[in-house]
Amino acid sequence: MKYIPVIGLEVHVELKTESKMFCGCSADYFGKEPNTHTCPVCLGLPGALPVANKTAIEWCIKIGLALDCKISLLSKFDRKNYFYPDLPKGYQISQYDKPFCEKGSISIRSGNNTKTIGITRVHQEEDTGKLIHDIVNEKNVSLIDFNRSGVPLVEIVTDPDFESAGEVINYLKKLQQIVRYLDVSNADMEKGDMRLEPNISLKLSGDQELPRYKVEVKNINSFRFVEKAINYELKRQEELLEIGETPKQETRGWNEKKQITQSQRSKEEANDYRYFPEPDLPPFRFEQSYINELKNGLPELPEQKLYRFQSEFKLTLYDAEILTREIELADYFEKTVKTGKAKNLNPKQIANEIINKKVNIDEISPEVLAGQIQAKFQFTKVDKKELEEAIKKVLRENEKAVKDYRSGKIQVIGFLIGLVRKETAQPIDTLIIKNLLQKELSKQ
Amino acid sequence: MKLNELTIKQAIDGLRKKEFSALDLTESCLDQIARLNPLLNAFLTICNKEAINAAKQADEKLRIGDKSPLLGIPIALKDIYLTKNIRTTASSKVLDNYIPQYDATVVKKLKDAGAIILGKLNCDAWAHGSSGENSDYGPVKNPYNVEYTPGGSSSGSAASVAADMSIASGGTDTGGSIRLPAAFCNVVGLKPTYGRVSRNGIIAMSSSLDSIGHFTKTVEDSALYLNVTAGKDSFDATTPNLPVPDYSKNLNKSIKGTRIGIPKEFFTEGLDKKIKEKTMEAISFFEKQGAEIIDISLPHTDYAIAAYYIIQPAEVSSNLARYDSIRYGNKRSYFGKEAKRRIMLGTFTLSAGYYDAYYKKAMKVRTLIKKDYEEAFKKVDAIITPVSPTLPWKLGEKINDPLKMYLSDIFTVTANLAGIPGLSVPIGIIGPSTSSEQAALPVGMQILGPQFSEELLFNLGHQYEIGNPNKEKPQL
Amino acid sequence: MKIDILKVAKLANLKLKDNEENELEGQLTSILGYIEKLKEVDTEGVEETSQVTNLENIEREDFTLPSLEQVTALSNANKKHEGFFEVEAILE
Repeated sequence: MKYIPVIGLEVHVELKTESKMFCGCSADYFGKEPNTHTCPVCLGLPGALPVANKTAIEWCIKIGLALDCKISLLSKFDRKNYFYPDLPKGYQISQYDKPFCEKGSISIRSGNNTKTIGITRVHQEEDTGKLIHDIVNEKNVSLIDFNRSGVPLVEIVTDPDFESAGEVINYLKKLQQIVRYLDVSNADMEKGDMRLEPNISLKLSGDQELPRYKVEVKNINSFRFVEKAINYELKRQEELLEIGETPKQETRGWNEKKQITQSQRSKEEANDYRYFPEPDLPPFRFEQSYINELKNGLPELPEQKLYRFQSEFKLTLYDAEILTREIELADYFEKTVKTGKAKNLNPKQIANEIINKKVNIDEISPEVLAGQIQAKFQFTKVDKKELEEAIKKVLRENEKAVKDYRSGKIQVIGFLIGLVRKETAQPIDTLIIKNLLQKELSKQ
Repeated sequence: MKLNELTIKQAIDGLRKKEFSALDLTESCLDQIARLNPLLNAFLTICNKEAINAAKQADEKLRIGDKSPLLGIPIALKDIYLTKNIRTTASSKVLDNYIPQYDATVVKKLKDAGAIILGKLNCDAWAHGSSGENSDYGPVKNPYNVEYTPGGSSSGSAASVAADMSIASGGTDTGGSIRLPAAFCNVVGLKPTYGRVSRNGIIAMSSSLDSIGHFTKTVEDSALYLNVTAGKDSFDATTPNLPVPDYSKNLNKSIKGTRIGIPKEFFTEGLDKKIKEKTMEAISFFEKQGAEIIDISLPHTDYAIAAYYIIQPAEVSSNLARYDSIRYGNKRSYFGKEAKRRIMLGTFTLSAGYYDAYYKKAMKVRTLIKKDYEEAFKKVDAIITPVSPTLPWKLGEKINDPLKMYLSDIFTVTANLAGIPGLSVPIGIIGPSTSSEQAALPVGMQILGPQFSEELLFNLGHQYEIGNPNKEKPQL
Repeated sequence: MKIDILKVAKLANLKLKDNEENELEGQLTSILGYIEKLKEVDTEGVEETSQVTNLENIEREDFTLPSLEQVTALSNANKKHEGFFEVEAILE
């Protein structure tokens, strides 16, 4: 490969706190009537002042801890000044030189290997309002809804360590999994709870230094387009480099309809943000003991759970990965294992059942599931003879089907399984009947 | 004596003794406003109907013995205090049509205490200025001589109290905007400790410097007013949760042995000789009362204006960014010259490549100025200085020289940079003098103390007032 | 000190008239000239003061308070449309 991609990521995660970052308005804005979740603070009315949400700060630090970051014992908010109609105060309250969390790392899968991605910083800020483009009275206008304005955001910035779209996707999935485990965000990309801005450039293979340009890509609003957008941009840059041009350092937007990235000059004009310490918010000083307390209070994270499921329950990596993907499923599995113990079920049986049957965990309780598994295995143990009798009887009475099967129409086995079921009038696992039927049919 | 000439203390006594009603008192103020506002231009909005309704309600409450601390007292507010459903302009055409959706915390507290709001007071637009002339609605005139400035930026607030149009008034002080006009208009002005009074709902000028204070006819009234406005506010993260004492309790304490510092940096060539004389007279009064007068030094005073004119415009440029005419107000092209100047200056000093040389440097100098005071207050309990190096100047005199205008805050800005309280107390009238065509104009001293030492400032100011009654009323 | 007035005005979202540009340039240069005197102050090792309260960790608990009604939020809007604030089209 002539060029190696150099990709860094900024991910914004919207927290699911009750109230907004700096005021008491409800942060649950999705799908609500426009401008019904605003107050003087998040609407940027004259004279209104911010007061920081304690829970949001705690959750920001938890995310930092889960990403192995150092937590700043002295931190503060800063104003990031720029003009945009969705930014009511003309500045965003963010963090500049003293973010809550810095210098972390996360390991992700890259092909068959694992790879460590550096986390530059994790900081807290507030969301903007939402712009909708519309035509009113035959004129193009933009409409603004400030319900989202001031909802707490955590920005997670990585080092430029990614070398492919695949790695980026693995990272995003893992990050999504972590914040869901922490129960601090729904991290639903389609709903905008998780937003991604990659910085993309290419360097010559063997180059030690970073490229002298980078292109920021905005508007990737869906998991489905991460790969397409990144690969499009990599290809575009490669083509430029091939004809001897250096791609322009700029902000580009992903156009979902056209499936291309496009220059966004409007977003670039004001890139001198004139940060300065937010005078309305006193600084934050944390005791190490408080940080330790938060760290000890973290739930078991996906990585740890994955290892434990493999060692404690003797599961394969594949099974453990599926079962730990979502914390609800992992908890369900562990509960079933616990009640299954008394019924002499082993974790592997339970894992198979959950994975293969795609058990609906909202409808079937762990106790019920354990009962079902037990019934299945007990039946085969106790009544194998009876089952074999039933099979023989069915085969005897259905010569045509047997003949069809033997002549290659193997799908008739479904019909035969049904008859065996009817004959025994027991809830027997299809697989077991099928195995025994096949054995009997192959006897000739 | 007319009712509108009463102090808060006198008015409360009269109301409670049923000598007159809150309606009588309010109407007397409204009459004075109707008579004098065409001349002085102190009020931008007069709330006749609302005030009369509020007065009638106050009378109802007075009848059943309600003892709310300011019940029935007519006041007026700088037009930078947000008043729900009452137009609030910051004296700028940008907000010409703005009707606030909420009350500032202080407004709410004053209303809850029973105060009656007569109207909204003219000032320099966005509180930018020292003369009141930056108002988009014309300058306020000094009640002692209408050719002169009443001082700014709280020009209308000072004039309103001086001319007995209101019993007291609210103002804001970011670099001297209460103390200077108080001195120029012969009234008492308090700039409380930063954070003592909530800034919520006060149109922000410079967030780390803005202090919410008031104008009264006496020091005692100033204490009664602060009793109502001071305290922690859950909507302002910079208000400490410290107890609010009864500020009127220790007014009569003996000041014997109180150590008063006289900083040499405030008594240099730039100071008008007559003002210096008056200030020294006041200091010798304290000495006679048994206070100990100590020479001190605040070595970084000379750098205060430079540091202030970096920090303040930087914050101004950010605080005025919200005025984009989308959610309220007019377009940014409606900003007046001074606002544009400060926005430009602040935007420049914060911009990439200049931040360290300007903003960061200024924040460090601010630390040194704050430390000067901390050192001084190890040696003395309070500090006395003149408020202004000059007497009030004629309207129009400095309007085309912004730097010269900025320098008139030279004695007041340090208190804002250090976050300490300052009480401006009248110390007499200078003039008229036929030889120098000098009109008769008021002079004030400021009493400074450590953060949250307002009780001591009131004690000193009150003792001075008792010994030196302030009887000079404007001839209007 | 040379100030790029147009660039600063653009950052500040201000449209200046020609005469304002010149006037401002002169005034700002004079003010910045005065401010130069800060260079005389030795600030080596001095911490920055951005706040004077000494307060730290001022936070609010995470519970909701009532919001403004839509009609109140929009009451001072220059232009509105079906519950939204309206502005001229912003090009993305």
